Parts: sequence; structure tokens; C-alpha cells
Amino acid sequence: MLNLIAFGILSAAALVAGVMVITRRNAIHSIIWLIVTLFAVGGIFLLQHAEFLFAVQIILYVGGIMVLFLFVVMLVNLDVALKQAQFSRQWQLGLFTALLVFAQLGYVIYKIGAGLSLPAQPAGPEPAHNTQAIGQALYQTYMLPVEIASLLLLVAMVGAVIMAKRKFE
Amino acid sequence: MIPTSYYILLGSGLFTIGVIGVLTRRNVLIILMSIELILNAVNINLVALSQYFRSVDGQVFAIFVITDAAAEAAVGLGLIIALFRNKETVNADEIDLLKW
Repeated sequence: MLNLIAFGILSAAALVAGVMVITRRNAIHSIIWLIVTLFAVGGIFLLQHAEFLFAVQIILYVGGIMVLFLFVVMLVNLDVALKQAQFSRQWQLGLFTALLVFAQLGYVIYKIGAGLSLPAQPAGPEPAHNTQAIGQALYQTYMLPVEIASLLLLVAMVGAVIMAKRKFE
Repeated sequence: MIPTSYYILLGSGLFTIGVIGVLTRRNVLIILMSIELILNAVNINLVALSQYFRSVDGQVFAIFVITDAAAEAAVGLGLIIALFRNKETVNADEIDLLKW
């Protein structure tokens, strides 16, 4: 019961803040609301006993990616864009398409939801230490993907430096 | 115990908000933020199903998704800075150099 109340509060916070992200005129307000959404999603991870992912969400997303966003928004001069129209000309069509996608998703979830909401204790007990289990999975089963991800980060770093450089020579 | 379908419904709601943001906003920065919303919706689903199957594989995939989000944010924001330097705009519909 307490879990359900916490879930309700966190999911309402995530959805309301998500709507605020895409409706604010000022990009900095959008970033602040996006941070609220990320905290709420982190709380939902915590509710599901994914403690390691909660820490990663706070440290990496809120502490890293959002600060990067803030830097760029303050670097780019947005004063002109503030006075212009915020939504594209085909916004009705976009809204309609997105709501159609949501209706389809909702229908499928409603259809299979009965199977998913069974008491969720199939295979084995819950791992005692979430961080330990994730560490073992990352460095044993997913060794190669971890290496590929590190290579991806290196490429992204080099790419970002080259892209933001003043002149190509 | 919260049913898994609630989490998946929350994930699809957040995904839809992100899709609306991508399709209707003009500001490139807010489009990038909407993509972050979409990736978070995917993470909610992955964690919910990893909890449902009592396995950490879904959480490991969520970590890879976060890695991708970091790489995408770095490259995307570098692109936006280069774009703003050349075109003096952040509106997606004014960037039509390749249009006939």
C-alpha cells in the first residue's frame, strides 16, 4: 500500500514535469523540469530495488548530462528564439500521431497486462546485493559490450571536440 | 506489490510525452531533452521487466542506455554549437540547407 502511494506520487511527478519540459518557453526552465523528471524516475528505480541504477541516474544524468545541457544553453544565445513561435507549423499532426502511438501502446498493455500483473516471483529469489549482482553481470557476462561502450564514449568525446572546434584545418 | 503493467504504462506515457516534444517543438535543445525523456521511459521499462524476471540483465541494459545517452548528449550538443556558429539559429525548421 505504501509502495503504491509512493509510486503514484513519483509517477505523477515524472509525468507532470515531463509535460512542463516540452511546454516551457525558456530552455533553462525546461532543463530544471527535466531534472525533476530524472529525480522522479530515479525514485521509481529505488522503488524497484535497483539501487545501483538510482545512483547512476543521479550522478551521471543529473550531475553530468544535465550540467552539459546547462552549459550549452547558456553558451548559445537564445534571446531571439524566446520571442519566436515555440511550436512547429504541423504541431497538430505531430500531437495526433503521438497520441495515436500512445493509444496503441495502451491497448497492447491493457491486453497483456493481465499476464504481467501476476504476482511477480517466477525464477529464484531476489539477488541480495544489487550492486554486486550488476558488477558480476557487467564484468563476466557482458565483458565485450562494456568494452564496446567504452569505445563508443571515446569516439563521442573525440567527435564532440572536433564538432565544437572553431575551424577545420 | 505494484503490478508490472503500471510501470510499463508509466513508461509508455513518458515515451509519448517525449515523442510529442520531438514532433512539435522548434527549439533543437528541447528536442534533445525530449530524446532524454524517451530514453528514460525505456529505462523504466527495462528495470520493471528485470524486476519481473528476477534477473539483473535488464538493469545492465539500462546502464548501456545511459552510456548511449551520455554519448548522444555530447555529440548532439557539439553539433548544436557548430550549427549556432554557422546559422545563428536554434530552430529546427530554419535549418534547411539540404532542402531543394
